[in-house]
Amino acid sequence: MSRSEPVNTKLSKKCISDKVTALPPSGIRKFFDLLSNMEGVISLGVGEPDFVTPWYIREAAIYSLEKGYTMYTSNKGTPELRTELAKYLQSHHGLVYNPDDEILITVGVSEGLDLAARAILNPGDEVIMPDPCYVAYPAAISLAGGTPVRVPTTEGNDFEITAADIESSITPKTRAILIGYPCNPTGAVLPRQELERIAEVVKRHHLLVISDEIYCQLVYGVEHTCLASLPGMRERTILLNGFSKAYAMTGWRIGYAACGKEIIGAMTKIHQYTIMCAPIMAQMAALEALKSNDREVDVMVRDYDRRRRVIVKGFRDIGLSCFEPKGAFYAFPSIKVTGMSSEEFAEKLLMEEKVAVVPGTAFGDCGEGYVRCCYATSLPEIEDALKRMARFIDKHRKK
Amino acid sequence: MKQIFEALEKDARLTPDQISTMTGTSVAEVKKAIKKAEQDRAILRYKAIIDWTKLGEEEVLALVEVKVVPQRNVGFDAIAERIYRFKEARSVYLASGTYDLAVIVACKTMQEIAVFVSEKLAPLEAVQGTVTHFILKKYKEDGEIFEGGEEVKRLPIAP
Repeated sequence: MSRSEPVNTKLSKKCISDKVTALPPSGIRKFFDLLSNMEGVISLGVGEPDFVTPWYIREAAIYSLEKGYTMYTSNKGTPELRTELAKYLQSHHGLVYNPDDEILITVGVSEGLDLAARAILNPGDEVIMPDPCYVAYPAAISLAGGTPVRVPTTEGNDFEITAADIESSITPKTRAILIGYPCNPTGAVLPRQELERIAEVVKRHHLLVISDEIYCQLVYGVEHTCLASLPGMRERTILLNGFSKAYAMTGWRIGYAACGKEIIGAMTKIHQYTIMCAPIMAQMAALEALKSNDREVDVMVRDYDRRRRVIVKGFRDIGLSCFEPKGAFYAFPSIKVTGMSSEEFAEKLLMEEKVAVVPGTAFGDCGEGYVRCCYATSLPEIEDALKRMARFIDKHRKK
Repeated sequence: MKQIFEALEKDARLTPDQISTMTGTSVAEVKKAIKKAEQDRAILRYKAIIDWTKLGEEEVLALVEVKVVPQRNVGFDAIAERIYRFKEARSVYLASGTYDLAVIVACKTMQEIAVFVSEKLAPLEAVQGTVTHFILKKYKEDGEIFEGGEEVKRLPIAP
């Protein structure tokens, strides 16, 4: 019998666990496949900065390689990076964490999210999260054996999840809430008062919070409040953050989790068996990012802000209602004037005008009627994309 | 206010309308701010950064270190002015260290630079000595990288 017998597809399907089979594929993947064969496409479909990592950070990584830093680090991450993060969290958010056992360096917030979910959830535990939200939230909860419970947010309430809506979704099985503000895909930022109300609900019902604050430095004219900094919330909040967005370091895959030592200890247990440690050269680069002043970050933020204003006005001028995003680098215009579904709109727009956007439904049912457009794209490209979209809207406006 | 000039410094061809959108300031205010900056010479000029060699034009640059004797009452300013009024002197800086004035000289040929330095610059009364360094290659000028600048290698779609 031949050894290279093709794998029986029936058998291979049976090989896949029920949990993974039940997991829906990312709504973004399909567009990636469509796009790969097209030329002349303007993509507003990305989720990362269009800046290359600042040179002083790259240079530090090169130097670390030259010096021979190529080994494992402590499971928790290098002591230098954890110490510097502790200083950063204190100076920026007034939060005190012990770098020895309350901070864990992860492979991006993605890993932090997975660890947090696995550390705190028992089978069937419910986790409340906004809809729309980042694609990985419900998946991470399901994979950890939990049940995602979606709370709708709408353009009418500025895509802000409210304490009242959270409270009415709480059941005896509710274990935690998972929020990510500034929000991908909507650009919404939760105001302090709402966070305070959410904190009260969380304390009243003895819940935990997983708070993904990866976009916290990218806010425009508003303040970001770190949930863990509110009274009594430090021990209840698993703070997840990283270097990808503010420092334009997406490919380095460095994030961190901060919380009380019980939860960080539990997360570290999983991390040490599954990841071992984050890559050392990326940790060296992250350390340099923290040690330097934030001048280059500020320049990038002001640059995003200018493009944010151009794209939002642009959408409104071509007849799309567009919520004003206050953070991250996404605009989330409504495409309801066309009468199309988000997916149909995104596909037709790509085929007819070669502009790539992400259908809102990739982020949850409440994203129907919207598309996510990233404005971390050059100004001429944004302007060109707006022209193409204007033509498209004129053609397809619902009569 | 800073936003207006930061945008303009990045792209001098932006219209007041565009800047108004980008900064959330009214068109009238943008125009007023720019006009005032022009009057105050906070904005000196609008120009393009051109790689002349790509256009087939030859240009020779030299960094000339100039050691001078400062003069009573005017210090280095008078001699600096004598030098910067020559059109060949593209940039003139007063520097700390082993020499006083750093002068970037631009001419068509090496010969022209040699003539300028030996016949115009060096003979000036206050000039004690010059050291001429010819520029061999331009990598970066006014913040712009000439070859192989930062290209963004992003995938077109990402979460």
